[in-house]
Amino acid sequence: MTDDRPYPDEVSGPFRTPPFSFDDRLDRRIEVRAFDGDEEPLVAMYRAFDPADRAQGIPPSREEEIREWLAVVLDEGPDVVASHSDEVVGHATLVPDGTGAFELAIFVLDEYQAAGIGTRLLDGLLGQGSAAGIDRVWLTVERWNTPAIDLYQKVGFETTDAESFELEMSIRLSAASVPA
Amino acid sequence: MKVLLGIGGTDDSYRALETTIERATEAADDLTVAVLDNPESDPDPDDVARKAETRLAEASLDADVVRLEGDPGSQLVEVAERDGFDRIVLGGGERSPMGKLTIGHVAEFVILNATRTVTLVR
Repeated sequence: MTDDRPYPDEVSGPFRTPPFSFDDRLDRRIEVRAFDGDEEPLVAMYRAFDPADRAQGIPPSREEEIREWLAVVLDEGPDVVASHSDEVVGHATLVPDGTGAFELAIFVLDEYQAAGIGTRLLDGLLGQGSAAGIDRVWLTVERWNTPAIDLYQKVGFETTDAESFELEMSIRLSAASVPA
Repeated sequence: MKVLLGIGGTDDSYRALETTIERATEAADDLTVAVLDNPESDPDPDDVARKAETRLAEASLDADVVRLEGDPGSQLVEVAERDGFDRIVLGGGERSPMGKLTIGHVAEFVILNATRTVTLVR
């Protein structure tokens, strides 16, 4: 399988390598760190996920399907989580697409959205990805999802295909470690 | 019911073929399989047509297999109207490595422009 997706010529970044923490717009202390292998807090987050925030069929809604889907997502590629007082409130992941590039997705619990967490999670994920030698990342997003599209553009994603229900966007990273 | 199934050779189009054959057998639908020029999938339309014919023969279902050349979405919509089909059936989208569902622009065009009922098979 070859990767025939277009990528920007320009490299984006540098991004931050987790762990790091910050205060969100509601002054909640949020920690961003690499996924430590404990799936249960993530399962709890996805069980609490607002069904209205699902996109393109993910995350699944039933616990059994959440676990099956997480097994695929967590298997390969970097995963970064955002926590607030020991609860996982956000998750961003890169999954290999079989061509050397990675597909990105990010999920933030409803009550933690629009607080600057998504930006930091993406920053940490792309930092972790660069550090792991990843240089090409892409994603699809529903065309009407302006807040998500704005967020992706802010970190450097460019639209590569706008002809379907979903926009396709991509970013080029420098595959090198960046100090936090 | 007169059913027009559009397939372009993607995995989801073959899943739609299987489901539609099952349903047509149960409901005695009058099925026509239209092989599309799909810019989003590589397979040779002749191979796709042969595969469809084989599956129909295995299922002992008598259905026409036709080639629709040109823009797949507008061709499907036009044929459905011209030949009095009740329903257009298409694959319901491909899953990305992440599991995200993406719907191709053939499906989008048909959903927005068809004057017949449209079914996307999951």
